[in-house]
Amino acid sequence: MIQDMKPENIVGEYQETTLNLYGGFSRKIYYSGLETPYPDGKLIVSTTDPDGIITHVNQAFVDMSGYSEDELIGAPHSILRHPDMPPAAFKELWDTVQKGGKWQGFVKNLRKDGGYYWVKATVIPNIRNGKIVGYTSVRRKPSKTKIDECIKLYPTLF
Amino acid sequence: MSYIFTVSPDFSPEHISGWYIFNTWLQKQTGLPIHLSMHNNFQSQRTAIQNDGIDLIYANPYDAAMLVREKVFRPLTKPQGLSDEAVIAVSAGSPFLDIADLQAGIKVATTEAPDVNMIGMIMLEPADLNAATIELQTFDSYVLIAKHLLRGDSDVGFFLAKAFDDLSAPIKNQLRILTRSQISVIHHSLMLGPKLAGQHDIIRSQLIGMKSDEKGRDVLANLGFTGWDKVDDEEMEFMIDLMNTLIV
Repeated sequence: MIQDMKPENIVGEYQETTLNLYGGFSRKIYYSGLETPYPDGKLIVSTTDPDGIITHVNQAFVDMSGYSEDELIGAPHSILRHPDMPPAAFKELWDTVQKGGKWQGFVKNLRKDGGYYWVKATVIPNIRNGKIVGYTSVRRKPSKTKIDECIKLYPTLF
Repeated sequence: MSYIFTVSPDFSPEHISGWYIFNTWLQKQTGLPIHLSMHNNFQSQRTAIQNDGIDLIYANPYDAAMLVREKVFRPLTKPQGLSDEAVIAVSAGSPFLDIADLQAGIKVATTEAPDVNMIGMIMLEPADLNAATIELQTFDSYVLIAKHLLRGDSDVGFFLAKAFDDLSAPIKNQLRILTRSQISVIHHSLMLGPKLAGQHDIIRSQLIGMKSDEKGRDVLANLGFTGWDKVDDEEMEFMIDLMNTLIV
């Protein structure tokens, strides 16, 4: 289950909206224009079960998302979903990995404090004995050029 | 019949005798005829693996997927507290102050070590650089990379972080780190091939017990290690999945 965001956690001026998420959830979110730059040399790593529920996070995930490990484990990965991300990107992600493929793309993620951070994300299925038992997602620092392209492209995909 | 043990060719040259001492220790502990066979480069080692000529390997993480998924190797242990991290460095007087300053056409000095190269290339991506937009120069050692940076023959160098830290102070003082990876979960591992599968649990417990006796600690010290930590099958699968997300 995913909880609505809380206005008291938000830093700076914000807007609010409600997102319809994968799995039939909806979530009220608050988002600001404050960007957290991706640190050099780090990878954000997480794993989920086949339904996208987080089962493992590393410290970089905790640091960048603003959530504690306890808040993240058991939450759907869409806890990071930012309203500027077109749903088509996530549909393509799920379609690819559920077929056993590797998905790569640039993603604007939402922090607990309403701010955001851009990542280059790669998601692959964890295949054990021929069966998908979960997914691993690794995020790394994106190039500014690619992000500038996405900032122009993504609004056209809604 | 003897069993063949080999070590990832990116081992530090000062530890070569340590690996022979370790092999002797292994022979005594296991009572098995294990023979250490070193390879000069990754290509020759991979050919030996493909020809089923290796039974025990201290493997580079880049080769773990092939060993597990194609050759049915199983992980034993990893060196305690040592993960594979990379440093991107320039000469101290370089005009480049940040990864974002790097431009297409730069000369990148590197070794053959595939994990370091992979991590290094990932750390260049934020500057819109990739294999097609840089000039890669491959050298036999990290000391040679440092020399080429200092001479101005190369613009940036990829180092195994530990190798960079172990450079002599006079060399290191003339270099500057642009970035250092903090990945933590990519590591070399001792892995056992199918011919020795029946010995897996015994060998692993002998390795983990090494640090408990003085002789074992001496052998470990010759490798630059303080002990071995267990790597179970799922931890190895996790690392292989993670490597797969990083390999372009």
